[in-house]
Amino acid sequence: MEIVTRIIQLTVLACISVSTHSAWELNMTKSATAIGREIHGLHMTIFYVCVAIAIVVFGIMLYSIIRHRKSLGATAKPFHESTVVEIIWTTIPLIILVVMAIPATQTLIAMYDTETSDIDIKVTGYQWKWRYEYLSEQEQGIDFFSTLTTSQDQMIGLETKSENYLLEVDNAVVIPINKKVRFLFTAQDVIHSWWVPELAVKKDAIPGFINESWTKVEKVGTYRGQCAELCGQGHGYMPIVVKAVSAEDYQAWVKEQKSKQLNANKVEELTMEQLMAQGKASYDKNCAACHQVSGLGIPPVFPALKDSPIALGDMEKHIDIVVNGQPGTAMAAFGEQLTPTEIAAIITYERNAWGNNKGDSIQGAEIVSFKQAQGQ
Amino acid sequence: MTHSAAPATGIKRWLYTTNHKDIGSMYLIFSLIMLLVGGTMALLIRSELFQPGLQLMQPDFFNQMTTLHGVIMVFGAIMPAFVGMANWLIPMMVGAPDMALPRINNWSFWLLPFAFSMVLSTLFMEGGAPNFGWTFYAPLSTTYAPPSVTFFIFSVHIMGISSVMGAVNVIATIMNMRAPGMNYMKMPMFVWTWLITAFLLLAVMPVLAGVVTMMLMDIHFGTSFFDAAGGGDPVMFQHIFWFFGHPEVYIMILPAFGIVSHIIPTFARKPLFGYHSMVIATSSIAVLSFIVWAHHMFTVGMPLVGELFFMYSTMLIAVPTGVKVFNWIATMFRGSMTFETPMLFSIAFVVLFTIGGLSGLMLAIAPADFQYHDTYFVVAHFHYVLVPGALFSIIAGVYFWIPKWTGVMYNEAMGKFHFWMSFIGVNLTFFPMHFIGLAGMPRRIPDYALQFADFNMVASIGAFLFGLSQLIFVYNIVQCMRQRGCPASPEVWESAEGLEWTVDSPAPYHTFQTPPVIK
Repeated sequence: MEIVTRIIQLTVLACISVSTHSAWELNMTKSATAIGREIHGLHMTIFYVCVAIAIVVFGIMLYSIIRHRKSLGATAKPFHESTVVEIIWTTIPLIILVVMAIPATQTLIAMYDTETSDIDIKVTGYQWKWRYEYLSEQEQGIDFFSTLTTSQDQMIGLETKSENYLLEVDNAVVIPINKKVRFLFTAQDVIHSWWVPELAVKKDAIPGFINESWTKVEKVGTYRGQCAELCGQGHGYMPIVVKAVSAEDYQAWVKEQKSKQLNANKVEELTMEQLMAQGKASYDKNCAACHQVSGLGIPPVFPALKDSPIALGDMEKHIDIVVNGQPGTAMAAFGEQLTPTEIAAIITYERNAWGNNKGDSIQGAEIVSFKQAQGQ
Repeated sequence: MTHSAAPATGIKRWLYTTNHKDIGSMYLIFSLIMLLVGGTMALLIRSELFQPGLQLMQPDFFNQMTTLHGVIMVFGAIMPAFVGMANWLIPMMVGAPDMALPRINNWSFWLLPFAFSMVLSTLFMEGGAPNFGWTFYAPLSTTYAPPSVTFFIFSVHIMGISSVMGAVNVIATIMNMRAPGMNYMKMPMFVWTWLITAFLLLAVMPVLAGVVTMMLMDIHFGTSFFDAAGGGDPVMFQHIFWFFGHPEVYIMILPAFGIVSHIIPTFARKPLFGYHSMVIATSSIAVLSFIVWAHHMFTVGMPLVGELFFMYSTMLIAVPTGVKVFNWIATMFRGSMTFETPMLFSIAFVVLFTIGGLSGLMLAIAPADFQYHDTYFVVAHFHYVLVPGALFSIIAGVYFWIPKWTGVMYNEAMGKFHFWMSFIGVNLTFFPMHFIGLAGMPRRIPDYALQFADFNMVASIGAFLFGLSQLIFVYNIVQCMRQRGCPASPEVWESAEGLEWTVDSPAPYHTFQTPPVIK
């Protein structure tokens, strides 16, 4: 059986030499991992089994449709029962299924073997972005969010769509090749599903639960995927980009990330113009999916910020809702997702944009002290 | 008899009627309207997906459309159409004067317009209609849902009550009102498949009612059934939902098996091959449907043993389903076939349903399902079993029995044209979805990466072809209802078997007030 599967795999690999990203693609994405190729092999085997069944079944049917028609003078033979035939066509499919179940079981067992990993990464789904926290000792402290970078203008057709339209992010998750990477999946709000077709990894990220999966990429490259479980209006806008790099490049990346992480909470004093400019950029990226670029929201689920009691009210309350979120609603806690400077800029922007004209502003340092006062 | 033989006139006839034929007609017309409403939503979805980018609607409205399209097609179009046929046909097929519980029958129909008016009214509510998919996974459908979810839950309850009453009525009719001499193994296949379907409905509609009630509690009464933060379990929602949901998909296909098992023998001029094995296969499918639900959840992180159990049990379903397909082909084999519209739709049913069944077998292979799950491959699969599957069987059944219902023969040339347009349209729409799914396009996204553009465009063109050609069907039906066309004879078809063909066309308002004699 293994040899047959192998031959089928090779034939398939030989046949499908076109790039995976070409248009008019007919078959399952080629995989960059050994287990992915096993899955692809299973897919092809069951596909050929189905084609064979279809040829036999539809062939007989077509023969009958062509030959046994009244217009050709065919007369009906009123046979209508045969236990022998019934037993035959119950047994043959049963045998085919048992034969299929064996390799499928083996592959599934291998997919579930998450032991002895080299690197562990915790992946958390948020509406609508991914967070990656590296858990292994060497990468300790690397923790970042990964958000779509495709612009609104590309989506509504004001700009030409880029090559990786809707499949590009600001921070890709970086892993070394030829190492077993274990992913631990969970979610902050609703259920998401982390899927990268070329790695053949798909696993639901469920709030309150941790799921596991693993990969061992063989080739340096960029692998793109998308959230696969409906998670609200931004479901189509939370792609996944995995960069598989060589061991040396990986070490360099880890070093760079660590120094970046150290500087993350440094805040600088910004002018009102700088706050408003950065505020608009960060708002459009992080808040506009719900509260809309216009600040009008989609009431009642996503309230308007224009003329809102929060944006025009007490500063402390405004900071609190952005940093800690509103439990029981879709308003997430952005305290850990964004830097203090970004939060300050967004709050300033919300208080002064769309004719709110509250006139006040806030600096990153004040966000830091707010968080410290809360013991964060 | 104190009842007058003739129906009341005007609106009262339809409001107060307890006549199975009137109620059957109302169910069928209602489901046709819902088919057009749900179909319009499908065309809006396909218009947005015609090319990449956001052209026509916001993502939130897109999600409302996919949700309502699913809910309306499942609960508003397919299920009521089968209940309508059951109403019209089961009493005539078993030689009974009416359904066993005529008042309940009236009520179970009249609940539906209210339930669906409520569902559709959510479109105009603040926050919009339900936008969490027809599978409404928690917590997206609880904590994160628009306020209209409460109306959605209430209308699901009403639909459930209607279905359960319909099922009770079918079971009571079949068990108690068969004409003397019609024992179980003499019952027509449509009656058999509906009997089994009715038991499935009785078993799982309360489960659906339970799960939406738990949602209601979570949303309004502070419980945490599906909220991990309160000690609940979002995955439990999926287990309960699919414990309802998988038998539900057989509820939508078993009566289709019954319809096709009447039409193919009629036009092959041969008795159905393997009647006994058909009954056994249908029953086996029904029993197995209760132990396969978690194959919809292969990626939620079940333990290995659980995955294996559900993979094996799902693969097993292929066996009885295969037996049915083989039996239909053996029925055609060495027959004397003609290809009137009902037969064309039935043959297309066998071919295209089998394609949907084969992709189902692929989806059953759990390791491969990790790649298929929640992609357009799944969308292709279930539309193949529901559109050229369930819907084609309903269309075939309407063409087959409408001369009996209206007394008028439908327009054959127009019927054939409708068939070919539908056949081409349905394949153009759904076949490319296999490809974009395998290439990596997730389902339920309003916009997509550029490599999926070509086949999406093909699918959208196919959808419009398919959708618009249904207007031919509507016209053809309306013409029959308006009595335009050749009058039909009592037998209608050259070699149709069954008690319904022994009464006049159109069937008199009351039939079999004296039970027929069964040999």
